[in-house]
Amino acid sequence: MEKNCYAIELRGITKRFGPVVANDSIDLGLRRGEILALLGENGSGKTTLMNMLAGIYLPDEGQILSEGHPIAIRSPKDSFAHGIGMIHQHYKLVDVFSAAENIVLGMEDEKKLDIKKANAKVREICQRYGFEIDPEKKVYDMSVSEKQTVEIVKVLYRGAEILILDEPTAVLTPQETDRLFTVLRNMRDDNKAIVIITHKLNEVMAISDKVAVLRKGKYIGTVETAQTNPQALTDMMVGRAVTLNIDRPFNENQAERLKVSGLSCYDHEHVKKLDKVSFTAMGGEILGVAGIAGSGQKELLESIAGLCPIAEGSIRYLPPEGGEDELVGKTPTQIRKKGVSLAFIPEDRLGMGLVGSMGMTGNMMLRSWRRGGGPFVKRKDPRALAAKVLNDLEVVTPGIEYPVRKLSGGNVQKVLVGREIATSPSVLMTAYAVRGLDINTSYTIYNLMTEQKMRGTAVIFVGEDLDVLLELCDRILVLCGGKVSGVVDARTATKEEIGLLMTSVGGKEEA
Amino acid sequence: MKAIDTVILLLIAAITYGTPLLYGTVGEILTEKSGNLNLGVEGIMFMGGAFGLGGVYYYEKLSGSPSGLIAILIALLCAFLAGALASLIFSFLTTTLRANQNVTGLALAIFGTGVGQFAGEMMRVRAGGYVTISNALKDLFSASPFPKFLQDIPYVGKLLFGSSHFFYLGILVAVVMHLFLKKTRKGLYLRAVGENPGTADSAGINVTRYKYLATVIGGGISAIGGVVYILTTAGCTWNNEGLSGVGWLAVALVIFCMWRPLAAIWGSVLFGALMILYMRLQISFIPTELYKILPYVVTVIVLILSSLRNNKEKQPPEGLGLAYFREDR
Repeated sequence: MEKNCYAIELRGITKRFGPVVANDSIDLGLRRGEILALLGENGSGKTTLMNMLAGIYLPDEGQILSEGHPIAIRSPKDSFAHGIGMIHQHYKLVDVFSAAENIVLGMEDEKKLDIKKANAKVREICQRYGFEIDPEKKVYDMSVSEKQTVEIVKVLYRGAEILILDEPTAVLTPQETDRLFTVLRNMRDDNKAIVIITHKLNEVMAISDKVAVLRKGKYIGTVETAQTNPQALTDMMVGRAVTLNIDRPFNENQAERLKVSGLSCYDHEHVKKLDKVSFTAMGGEILGVAGIAGSGQKELLESIAGLCPIAEGSIRYLPPEGGEDELVGKTPTQIRKKGVSLAFIPEDRLGMGLVGSMGMTGNMMLRSWRRGGGPFVKRKDPRALAAKVLNDLEVVTPGIEYPVRKLSGGNVQKVLVGREIATSPSVLMTAYAVRGLDINTSYTIYNLMTEQKMRGTAVIFVGEDLDVLLELCDRILVLCGGKVSGVVDARTATKEEIGLLMTSVGGKEEA
Repeated sequence: MKAIDTVILLLIAAITYGTPLLYGTVGEILTEKSGNLNLGVEGIMFMGGAFGLGGVYYYEKLSGSPSGLIAILIALLCAFLAGALASLIFSFLTTTLRANQNVTGLALAIFGTGVGQFAGEMMRVRAGGYVTISNALKDLFSASPFPKFLQDIPYVGKLLFGSSHFFYLGILVAVVMHLFLKKTRKGLYLRAVGENPGTADSAGINVTRYKYLATVIGGGISAIGGVVYILTTAGCTWNNEGLSGVGWLAVALVIFCMWRPLAAIWGSVLFGALMILYMRLQISFIPTELYKILPYVVTVIVLILSSLRNNKEKQPPEGLGLAYFREDR
């Protein structure tokens, strides 16, 4: 193939969802033997753009060219036919099928289903690119990283020449990320075209040859990775100069606020989710909680908030005004009254904590309705609170009675966090507080956390991005399979150190 | 001696009563494997019963000297078409228009029951009293396909080889269904559609086509259960009450069998036995109404046990009851 010819070229691609323009006349070219990073904030239209190559969405305007010839991609099938394979952020796998069964799904090469032959071919692909995976293993028994491997093998099995990976590192440990990048480089050297969608700058710098930047659905430009730097890329991504440093003042007045010892709990399927967890949270510091998704973060916060039944252990709460209280056995309402507040941001932001079809006032009331006497609700105070949150956190909404479901993700999160902070808690717990937020809003949230810390609140911050945890927190507690794998000082620890703790208790390789 | 005879008689009767359930269940398993929870089986079986009976009745009336094989084929075909049509309505509403499956299924149950009763009553009134067919055909419908010497084997002969054509055909359908789901490419794809339509779609599988075909064919198979009931246990006449409840039992049996067609074979015999226990094993101080809830009690127990056991394989298809729309955000 000619070197000058793009493997896939997009010309003037526009996609609208109702009145929202997700992609606005975008031009982009992918070459073989090259890794292109598609960079942009959440909601900038990266995934939408790539979904049009994968046949999930249809472009409203514009043209797609393959090796210089115009093509039409109307369905995922057309997409495969042109050698395009996309690895979605949320894996598209059937849990009760084996790896090989998932891989052959939708293939029409032969009439008969020959799983043995498929197993052999899967093993061969694994050997060629350096994957490790058992074709007969069921998906529900796999780790996140194994599932991702299945997804990649799936597209390679179909003979994909153009690979699109949507946020592939979001759920991986640093070590797994390194392994993935090695594989991606192998594939690049095999003359495949690779697109990696991401918003993590250090990864862009580490893996890509070129970077294309999108901002609010518009194409900003493409630069050679070797000739740029993270600051320049951020400025392109956000559209103006941004400082990337999180301010981390030290609060001298630290006091023990929450002492957890020997805490264990089980989920409804009798699987042990927390195993003798012990730690102390100090007022005046941010305690980060790191770990692979599902290592017990959710259960930890929920058991402190009284939402999760506790099998054994104790949670002692030491209020700022003195004294000591045992939280185990108390109801969520009693715990909340003591000033232990949980601002939990689950994967679907509206799933827990907010009622989507109510306005901001109604959602503020969810916390305060008990205070009113008599059968009628008083809307005056919550309305004032809603207005305050709206102003303080710059929530963008047509009005405080506008259903929060219809707000953008970032604004929903501001409402949730704002409400929790408004109760001026002495322990504030957040999980994934910046998930899905743009850079600006993320920093607003970080600043709010720091502000709370300086006020003497004990902040427990469950996060995904290790870079952020290292910059924001004072100490980081690492969970591994429900056990405390280690507590490190965020000012001196390294990412590799934490990554190792995430995969093995105490940082030692398991035998 | 006496006890073993009673047991064998009970089992034979259980097979007779279980056969309609077998079709209803295997059909519904196919439907649910595509992710469609069609609660309209009750209505589908009513329609199958009425139209299947109508087919045979008018065939006999028109031809004068009916052939047994053709009569059976006509009964099966009429019932299948009636069920397929009803399921087509269900598919259109739930897959194309993405209506709520539970509501649509319940509506179909009421609708189908009404259509079946209307058609059956109309036939009855037109025939002036009651619809029935010649004794020659009646005997044929209940006869076994196996030679007499096999049926004459003591004890097991009657049990293994003495049931109607429809029972052995039902076993065949269940086995074929098992092989289809487990061994073929199309079966794998269909299961993928039911488990996770988004995954199937992004793998290039036509989700809409699989859902439609599985639901329509599954509904057709379920409907055959209705006509089998009319032609065997109900004595080839239409009555409004006879079929009621069979379709709901089939829905319960699908859960009982954990969506496995092979388990439906013995499951339907067991449920058949539970259905007739009040006639065969009477204990004076227990009212018959209590007997009649037995199949449902067993289903509830199985549901509890299976949710306790926490086996990832023996679970309903993950996408069961959910509408799928590709561009959903």
